Amino acid sequence: MEKYLYIALFAPLVSSLFAALFTATPKKQFVGIVASLLIFSAFVASTILLTHVLGGGEIVHVELMTWMETGNLYIPFGFVVDEISITMMMVVTLVSTIVHIYSIGYMDHDTGFNRFFSYLSAFVFSMMILVMSDNFAGLFIGWEGVGLCSWLLIGFWYHKESATWAANEAFIMNRVADLGMLIGIFLVFWNTGTLQYDGAFAAMANLDTETLTWIGIFLFIGAMGKSAQFPLHTWLADAMEGPTPVSALIHAATMVTAGVYLVVRSNELYALIPNVGLFIASLGAFVAIFAATMALVNRDIKRVIAYSTLSQLGYMFAAAGLGAYWVALFHLMAHAFFKALLFLGGGNVMHALSNELDPFKMGGLGKTMKGTMIMMTLASVALAGIFPLAGFFSKDLILEVAFVDHHFIIYTVLLLTAGLTAFYSFRIIALIFHGEDRHTALGFHPHEAYKFMLVAMSPLLILAIIAGFTFKMPYFEMVTQLLPATEYHVHSQVAYWIMTIGTQLFVIASIFFAYKKYMSPSIKVPDGTSKMENSFAYKLLINQYYIPYFYEEYLVKPYRELSTILWEKVDQKIVDATVDGIAGLIHATGENTRDMQSGNLSTMLKWMVAGTIVLLSLAVVFGLSVRYSGEITTILSGLGV
Amino acid sequence: MMEIGLNHYLVLSTILFTIGLVGVMRRKNLLLLFFATEILLNAVNVAFAAISHYYGDLTGQMFAFFVIAIAASELAVGLGLLILWHKRHGSIDLDTMTSMRG
Repeated sequence: MEKYLYIALFAPLVSSLFAALFTATPKKQFVGIVASLLIFSAFVASTILLTHVLGGGEIVHVELMTWMETGNLYIPFGFVVDEISITMMMVVTLVSTIVHIYSIGYMDHDTGFNRFFSYLSAFVFSMMILVMSDNFAGLFIGWEGVGLCSWLLIGFWYHKESATWAANEAFIMNRVADLGMLIGIFLVFWNTGTLQYDGAFAAMANLDTETLTWIGIFLFIGAMGKSAQFPLHTWLADAMEGPTPVSALIHAATMVTAGVYLVVRSNELYALIPNVGLFIASLGAFVAIFAATMALVNRDIKRVIAYSTLSQLGYMFAAAGLGAYWVALFHLMAHAFFKALLFLGGGNVMHALSNELDPFKMGGLGKTMKGTMIMMTLASVALAGIFPLAGFFSKDLILEVAFVDHHFIIYTVLLLTAGLTAFYSFRIIALIFHGEDRHTALGFHPHEAYKFMLVAMSPLLILAIIAGFTFKMPYFEMVTQLLPATEYHVHSQVAYWIMTIGTQLFVIASIFFAYKKYMSPSIKVPDGTSKMENSFAYKLLINQYYIPYFYEEYLVKPYRELSTILWEKVDQKIVDATVDGIAGLIHATGENTRDMQSGNLSTMLKWMVAGTIVLLSLAVVFGLSVRYSGEITTILSGLGV
Repeated sequence: MMEIGLNHYLVLSTILFTIGLVGVMRRKNLLLLFFATEILLNAVNVAFAAISHYYGDLTGQMFAFFVIAIAASELAVGLGLLILWHKRHGSIDLDTMTSMRG
């Protein structure tokens, strides 16, 4: 089994290095094909490992080599395939295989084709390290690796100012959070003396609650950055500047769920500190509705999907915070399928309309893009949580968890969010695919994406449909080998049915409302004059609650001013002046003593004699001072020195 | 009649050394520079011999012989170079030898 572990881990690395060989050359189709095949082999290896784990086999745990060993510190390159990491491995390899194949079509006309595959595979490799590592240090390497690849890929079109800006924003915000994560890891090592998961979590049972709370909080700060939770959420929407396959893979299915993975992986820690758990759940619920409201009005299809991702991450944290770790992980998996599908569909639409993102300029695309329409609609149905698609089983479960645990505020918020989710998802579906044709007038000639791109997307479609009812029970049985096996059942049968059907009706009503509102022929490209667009609520939402504005005005600008002051006053006047002074002094010395080197033997001999005399006098002075040291000390002490 | 002792030799040696040093600094003629160098070396030899005699230890005199031998060979090489230089440039004035100017 170790063999398959190594294949799953290193095939993406090989793929990345292979593609890297061709980065300076023009587009080569086979680079994309070889990369896809290598990632696919990682997927196959993961599948074999999954069957091994499902078959009740031993947990595969290997130590590739020792990384650090000094004193008490021992960190190996250790990898583990257990029920949690195999879930993540399956999600990562499956979605990345599909995204790789899709990208062959999507990046078809891009000059950076080879480079793109190199970055994308490097991301998969980092992500595999992140999920497979058996210690916090390895996790952190992967954590930083995915951060780096995310930066590279968001800023892939680096000639665009907005793309580089978004890449830097994402990178810097993640660094802020990573500091918290690093402190958390230090605290773990400080208090338990090890970074291995099993050792550290076993030792945590003996620590006092206060220490554990700090560890939990700091680790969660790291998770907040990676999973874009409030208040570090602004980077995710801006990250949509990257190519769409990147958004599908990194900013929907895998990297942003790393935070959830961290919390689930640390479940033994969070089980000991339920207060922090409750905080996580509350924050999750808040982010869920917060992001959903911003998605209601946004006029950029990718950003709407990004906010929807944010909102769903909120759901996952709500479940994880309430102790329903397996539910969180299950929703993570289901969400990866339908959200990646939604993004890839969005990519098709963008391609058809030469990168147009405003859904108000589309309309009626269903006629030309039937395949994409079906896929995106079904993905949205799954996202909205309609029976029997994937979202129903995973998302309704989170609602049930909140209800059964008597967290009725969280429950209400999440229920409302479910309605909003349905509304904004079908708002863009209706605007893109139905209603009046608004794009022809703007000079667009849409065409459906390549056949193989649609075929590549189809496994996601199938999974988005069936993942719920086929996987739920087997998954529960598998993953609860490791995670707390809490089943959530509303005790009264009647209450259960009322809840489920009530939620379903609410969601369906939202969908119909969205269709009704946005399919009407009176929809026009908004020009900022309508009454709604001038209302306070609309302005608040379209400006993302003025949070980016707030950051810009109250964090970025003061920081810039402070930096300018430091630059002009401290750096130039003190640091530079000191360095320049030293350089100037040395230069002047050289300039003035240059004449000594006149080349004239006579002059040089004079200098030699002068030097000899100086040395001789020094020798005499020191000789005398040693000879009379006793007397000198007496005299000096007599003078009171 | 004053007994001639060690101090007299050392004073002589110092005077000779100073003369040599001034010669080394002031002379512009390469040949005379060699003379001055010889005076320097022999000043030291006088001191060596005197001190050696004073302590009854032959090491100093032995050292003086070495100095003489080395001075002779140094001079041989130096004069050879001097003649060569004179053939090429027609002058042995130190102020004309400034090719090492920095």
